[in-house]
Amino acid sequence: MAIDTSAWSRRRLLKTGAALGAGLATPHFFVRNAWSQDQAFCNNPTGGNVVLGFNVPQSGPYADEGADELRAFQLAVQHLNGEGDGGLVKTLQPSSLKGNGILGKKVTFVTGDTQTKSDAARASAKRMIEADKAIMISGGSSSGVAVAVQSLCQDMGVMFMAGLTHSNDTTGKDKRRYGFRHFFNAYMSGQALGPVLGEEYGKDRKAYHLTADYTWGWTQEESIKNATEALGWETVQAVRTPLGAGDFSQYLTPVLNSGADVLILNHYGGDMVNSLRQAVTQFDMKNKQVNGKQFEIVVPLFSELMAQGAGEAVKGILGTANWDWKLDNEPSKILAKSFGEAYGSPPSQAAQTCYVQTLLYANAAEKAGTFYPPELIKALEDFEFDGMGNGPTLYRGSDHQCFKDVLVVRGKENPTNQFDLMEIVKIVPRDQVTYDASIFGGDLGPYEVKGCAA
Amino acid sequence: MRRGDRPRTTRSPAEGSLVGSMDAIILQILNGLDKGGAYALIALGLTLIFGTLGVVNFAHGALFMLGAFCAVAFSRLLTISERVRDESVTFFEAYKEIPYLTLWYGDTGQAIVDWAVPLSILLAIPVMLLIGFAMERGLIRFFYKRSHAEQILVTFGLAIVLQEIVKYFFGANPIPMTAPPALAGSADIGALFGMSNISYPMWRIVYFLFSLAVIALVFAFLQLTTFGMVVRAGMADRETVGLLGINIGRKFTIVFGIAAVVAGLAGVMYTPILAPNYHLGMDFLVLSFVVVVVGGMGSLGGAVIAGFLLGILQSLASMTEIKAIVPGIDQIIIYLVAVVVLLVRPRGLMGRRGVMEA
Repeated sequence: MAIDTSAWSRRRLLKTGAALGAGLATPHFFVRNAWSQDQAFCNNPTGGNVVLGFNVPQSGPYADEGADELRAFQLAVQHLNGEGDGGLVKTLQPSSLKGNGILGKKVTFVTGDTQTKSDAARASAKRMIEADKAIMISGGSSSGVAVAVQSLCQDMGVMFMAGLTHSNDTTGKDKRRYGFRHFFNAYMSGQALGPVLGEEYGKDRKAYHLTADYTWGWTQEESIKNATEALGWETVQAVRTPLGAGDFSQYLTPVLNSGADVLILNHYGGDMVNSLRQAVTQFDMKNKQVNGKQFEIVVPLFSELMAQGAGEAVKGILGTANWDWKLDNEPSKILAKSFGEAYGSPPSQAAQTCYVQTLLYANAAEKAGTFYPPELIKALEDFEFDGMGNGPTLYRGSDHQCFKDVLVVRGKENPTNQFDLMEIVKIVPRDQVTYDASIFGGDLGPYEVKGCAA
Repeated sequence: MRRGDRPRTTRSPAEGSLVGSMDAIILQILNGLDKGGAYALIALGLTLIFGTLGVVNFAHGALFMLGAFCAVAFSRLLTISERVRDESVTFFEAYKEIPYLTLWYGDTGQAIVDWAVPLSILLAIPVMLLIGFAMERGLIRFFYKRSHAEQILVTFGLAIVLQEIVKYFFGANPIPMTAPPALAGSADIGALFGMSNISYPMWRIVYFLFSLAVIALVFAFLQLTTFGMVVRAGMADRETVGLLGINIGRKFTIVFGIAAVVAGLAGVMYTPILAPNYHLGMDFLVLSFVVVVVGGMGSLGGAVIAGFLLGILQSLASMTEIKAIVPGIDQIIIYLVAVVVLLVRPRGLMGRRGVMEA
């Protein structure tokens, strides 16, 4: 009896054990992905709200851009929540947006001040992720900041939708799986601007570069140098200036006596406003003749905000832009109207890029049906879309860089109104600025990271 | 670029590169003179305060910044505007602002607006004098007998408070100011030296001349008036002057006010050169302290000479020829000079025995 019971019990025990084991293991095996999507990723929103973190320079040389970016983020959040006129929520193609928040959750946001410094930007991004439970970080205006915050976001497993950042490194050697850039880059500026410079100023020119001394400045200097030297221009000198130098006179003083007949200002934001105003209004460079030619100034990366700051000094200056509110397409007009009615001025290119990034993030979440970052990343990689004002646009999967038309712009000589400061000289088609992702190297890294939930 | 392959400018090929570098050196010296003007004016005030009151005033940079914002405030006052619907913008309701002065007085009004920066000196003098008095009576006088470390802490704290107040009212962004149209642009000053091809921004030349004039006025005031004589006597031996029955404390309050005005005027006139922001004072404070130390603590002449000297050295160090030999020298030259001067002449160029040596 005892033997029988034992034999029966053992068989039963084995069966039961196996069944139980399979029973426990199987659901886990099937739902492992679902479980990690629900629980084990950074700041998975549990309540009725989802928090986005907007990290912009509210002080420092790029503060103007930062203020405009923040306005754009606020407008995008309103539109995502179904408030206001809906803006570009209606025009995105293809779209999964519903106008009721993201995945049914109301969108809220927190803000941080990057101070245009990498360490301050990382600290405020970290605070927004850890204390405010932000599920996505966006913002920028400095590539140094973007690269630093992007790498932090990769480590913490939080999506980074870069705002204004123009260095080749952001989606080149420093690219990250969790980072996406809608803005164009210095290489594309060079490709777009080079031919126009050749047509306007000829093939026999001598260029003098003043360059902001950090990642963006270096890559822009290199890209513009390559593009202009390919035309036959000579680079006389390239001088690095500290970010936020304020008074650039000591760097401008040698320019006219260097033999150069073109000054290329690889500056942006407040630095560009200062250096350009000093070059044009104080040193009177635009009225000089050198080597028997009219002296010219080029600002490869240009924006309406800087044009406002620099005033008269921008007239006739050539540069490139990611977008302009005067573009003749329906989405651009809708955004300009919506933004203009809300804030009394049309959106800058920095504002447009931040607005679009917020919508694209929301769209990717709706498309993936989850906030789980690896799924969102897959939804954004190689995503081809239109209806955001830039024409057909591709988010390339291999480096997370957007490809779209690039604008060559010029400071307008005779503005028709207070906002009409730049004219579009040429719309350079996307295929002319597309390049092979491998030229800048870098490694995107893994989809799955331990992140802040680990 | 290869060595010896120096690019030529518009001058004839017969002229050598020596002339080219002479032009460049003259231009950088000019550049150093206007920068040096600002350093000298700030350092002069610092030394005046240190020499008379014995206070190391870390809020002095903030006074420079407040001066600059006097110009901003004055120009805002002049450009109080009517908001007019901008009909040229059609896709949303936009407004533009037209100053009442222009609306009421036409071209005369516009001219007043254009000359806002030099005119704001009229506002800056009484305002800075008041700020100086208030600072000295309200805070600094309580720290005369305290250690230099405590004085530095309290004045540095005051500087932070002042700049945050300015940030609250004027925002964090630099505010571009323009020089009067007649003084904007650059002047061909090569003719003065019998050389061609040297043109330099007019306003910067105006700034240099202005700083010389203010320095001359301060020295004249100290050397030629009875008040100045008492102050100088007080700087040399405060105790004896007090024993003679002179209320040296009141005199020194006025000196503090004057130092504040000097720093303020330096700030007012600097606005067209560099768009002021709330942080402007801090950027100049450190440099000005180096100027005072190099010139010699308590020496007015030393402060002025060191101000111009360091301005010129800083500009010359930015020359590409020099940066090619020592990269990054433009960023550290001032501190390098300070180190060398302190090693060779610990009292500074014109320092007096016994000052800050107790």
